[in-house]
Amino acid sequence: MARSDVQLMLGVKAGDEASFELLLARYRTPLIHFLGRMVKDPAMAEDLAQEVFLRVYRARAGYKPSAKFTTWLFRIATNLALNAVRDQRHRQREVSIEQPGEARAGEDEQPLEVADASPGIVEALVERDRAALIQRAILRLPEKQRAAVLMHKYHEMDYDQIAAALGCSESALKSLLFRAYETLRAELAPLVGEKAQP
Amino acid sequence: MNCKEMEAKLISYTDGRASDAERTAVERHIESCAACRARVAEFHGVWSALDEAPALEPSPSFDARLRQRIAAEPRRSAWFGWLRPWPRLALATALIALLAVWVATPLVEAPEENEATAQAILQQDIEDYDMLADFEALSTLATPSGNETPAPAKDKL
Repeated sequence: MARSDVQLMLGVKAGDEASFELLLARYRTPLIHFLGRMVKDPAMAEDLAQEVFLRVYRARAGYKPSAKFTTWLFRIATNLALNAVRDQRHRQREVSIEQPGEARAGEDEQPLEVADASPGIVEALVERDRAALIQRAILRLPEKQRAAVLMHKYHEMDYDQIAAALGCSESALKSLLFRAYETLRAELAPLVGEKAQP
Repeated sequence: MNCKEMEAKLISYTDGRASDAERTAVERHIESCAACRARVAEFHGVWSALDEAPALEPSPSFDARLRQRIAAEPRRSAWFGWLRPWPRLALATALIALLAVWVATPLVEAPEENEATAQAILQQDIEDYDMLADFEALSTLATPSGNETPAPAKDKL
């Protein structure tokens, strides 16, 4: 029978390196998915995921199984991501002040190349375009709303867990989620409309 | 249920976590409210569209890089490692030792204090005696000898 997260973390606390490896194997991908959607830069997402695991490792001696492990893990990840996003925004603002006319939003987006319009390629391009549109809509959400949606949609965390990870009440979280999905509904209206049509 | 109350239930209805009672209430409302019915359909649309968002995969070097960083973490020394699991015990021991010192301190100092008090009393007695010795009225009284008996009570009357 698989050991629970808490059992594994207690193993890490006792100095068992194999327990840490198992936690790493269990949460490496979900954390990178989460952080990759929180920050735009893949290299930064990986660095942040590394930092999350390092913090878990450093905190092993004082670990107490009082909260669910996932909540603790995503709380660390969320805090790191929110700080990184704010720093990133601050740096971008500095760059745009120093170099007006450069670093405009959306400039780095790849234009679609449609020279060879064979059906497979068109489909792939449409699919890529849809995925990029969805990714952009997620990235445009305010950071806290983004974190809430990601934990809710992709990690299927309970409301109380997400609220604990974000440090807010459950009712505040529901209102945050409602506002986020309302924004996504407006942003993704063309895709949602397309899909709804037979 | 009205449209405002509907908003509070929309998320749990969309993600399938609504209770039976909540689900029934939402379904009853959207039967009669076209605007909320359209909104529910769009929320479901957004919910499934989000499945298409790309996900970043860990790089092949992720684990190796993390292991390197963990290996570079400072190791605790043996004695600290021994002490670390028992910080509370260590604190409690220190507090007990401090308390013992505090309680024992008056007992250790007591003889000195008693001696000082005794010396002060003796000094006061000497001063009292000197004052009495200098008191003129007393010098006029006959010095009582050892075989004299006190006067009978009737003489005083």
